[in-house]
Amino acid sequence: MMRRLPLLLAIILLASSAVNAVEHPAECRVAENLVDSNFALRQVPRAIADKHLTILVIGAGSSLLPGANGSKDAYPARLQVALSQLLPGVDVNVTTDVKPKRSAADMVKALPQALAAAHPQLVIWQTGTVDAMQGIDPDQFSQALDRGINIARSAGADVVFINPQYSPRTESMIALGTYAENMRWVALQQEVPLFDRFGIMKLWGDLGTFDLYSATKKLDMAERVHDCIGRLLADLVIGAAKQSEPHAEGGR
Amino acid sequence: MAPVSTERDLRLDLFRGLALWLIFLDHIPSNAVSWITIRNYGFSDATEIFVFISGYTAAFVYGRAMQVNGFLVAAARVLKRAWQIYVAHVFLFAIYLAEIAYVAKSFDNPLFAEEMGVLDFMKNPDVTILQALVLKFKPVNMDILPLYIVLLLWFAPILWLLLRAPSLALILSAGLYTLMWMFDWNFEAYPSGTWAFNPYAWQLLFVFGAWCALGGAQRLSRWINSPAIIGLAFAYLLFAFSIAMTWYFPRLGVFVPKFVGESIYPIDKTNLDVLRILHFLSLAVITVWLVPSHWPALKSKFFWPAIVCGQHSLGVFCLGVFLSFAGHFVFTEVSNGVLTQVIVSLAGIAIMVATAVLISWYRVIERQGSGPRPPATKTGYAGSDA
Repeated sequence: MMRRLPLLLAIILLASSAVNAVEHPAECRVAENLVDSNFALRQVPRAIADKHLTILVIGAGSSLLPGANGSKDAYPARLQVALSQLLPGVDVNVTTDVKPKRSAADMVKALPQALAAAHPQLVIWQTGTVDAMQGIDPDQFSQALDRGINIARSAGADVVFINPQYSPRTESMIALGTYAENMRWVALQQEVPLFDRFGIMKLWGDLGTFDLYSATKKLDMAERVHDCIGRLLADLVIGAAKQSEPHAEGGR
Repeated sequence: MAPVSTERDLRLDLFRGLALWLIFLDHIPSNAVSWITIRNYGFSDATEIFVFISGYTAAFVYGRAMQVNGFLVAAARVLKRAWQIYVAHVFLFAIYLAEIAYVAKSFDNPLFAEEMGVLDFMKNPDVTILQALVLKFKPVNMDILPLYIVLLLWFAPILWLLLRAPSLALILSAGLYTLMWMFDWNFEAYPSGTWAFNPYAWQLLFVFGAWCALGGAQRLSRWINSPAIIGLAFAYLLFAFSIAMTWYFPRLGVFVPKFVGESIYPIDKTNLDVLRILHFLSLAVITVWLVPSHWPALKSKFFWPAIVCGQHSLGVFCLGVFLSFAGHFVFTEVSNGVLTQVIVSLAGIAIMVATAVLISWYRVIERQGSGPRPPATKTGYAGSDA
């Protein structure tokens, strides 16, 4: 994944002039320019206009934080806070269907029920890590992604992908490469905005924003990382929703 | 039966040595130095070079053995080689276990609770180690040697056919490749999924290498030296390069027409995508055109470090896998600054060269020590790596 370094540098140079709607903490802003959607969300703008936005986060272990305040500090809850700030007057509600060790196919099985319970206008789907750890056939992974997108869309929801975390200690043990690439490709084909969590965390790791190597049981760094992810995810949702406004041109 | 030429082509050793260096660099995660490796500039990578040249040298060494000593002796030598590679693989697995056990013990971070699950297999070593011994459980980056073992297990009968009807052997190999694509054949892996390098697919490149060694290269030489083919090869490399650039600069992606994107992706490494084969062939055509086999520089000191590594590929390959674990370990425990990455990369290559030199030297004294030997085993490079 080092091959994205020039991309990172190029984007930092190009986009350092970007204007921010809401000031995030500096450590989050380091990676702000990696949040870039070239695809539009169609249901979300309507929901915003109706002052009522419901989001379903479906994911595995890296969408969770342990501890008593885990559910408040993990990125889905942080996303709800950030979106509420960005969308004054809109009732933002983030529900989750998150359990560790689930592959993309496992989550697709759980998806119809979760959709029926939440009736979201947006499904944020975090996946890839478990498939890579279990060495699931990359083709089957891609097919599961396609199925999940179709199920969510036919239930009237937009989809956003979140790719795996950058985890430097286990990098030599989990071959994320193929899965991250397949995810990127499915996202491109199905015109799904991709939140590049891997690239963002890699940048934080490379620049020393967060010490992702540290061996600790303490939660403070993990909480700050999730807070930033929630905030940047909110930026992505807003940015992709704006793309479908009539004055904006389409994704490409 | 085509006579097998007796002179070893130094270009093979040179490019296999370079491929081993590239594999080492690519196997260290997040290594800035792996920027220079070819996988970043097109579709194929060092694996294709390694498999092709391994097929070429296997045919070169065992083909002559089969002509001189007969099928049985040659087949026995091929199987002995497969056994050596198996032992090497198990040795690497032991090192991997040591690394994993260390990480499992020393690392904890709530942010990465899910990723730490990769260490769970340590909880039932009975199953995992058995599955590793039957080559079903293969940790990351330990896929090439099992592929090589399977390719060698099939190799004696293929070599027999290659010596008699080379074209038929190549057609059968291509047929197997096609059937694999039609019926999704692959070997099963543990705990799920299939082999990361599908032997039904990658055998094509290995057999093609062997076919080239047994006179195929000469038959092709008129074609591959023609300006039209060289032009096509350049054009294809340029195409692959342009596509590769869109991986780093997604904004360039808008210049790729949709139908091109849809027809080329995903570029399948597991099943050796046709785009990858074409990329490798283009590289080979350009290389053969640029580097003639009797180019005097091949004997110069400049290329010698890579050549000596290529001549002892198994030992150097295993060392490279070990060094890439060790390199990643240095990144996590000491520093992952760019300077460290450069130093680790250079030091790794230096260790690979030094070890290859040591193996060469040891082989010489071993021959001297064992007294005079029958001439049959002394000819050419017969004692060298296949």
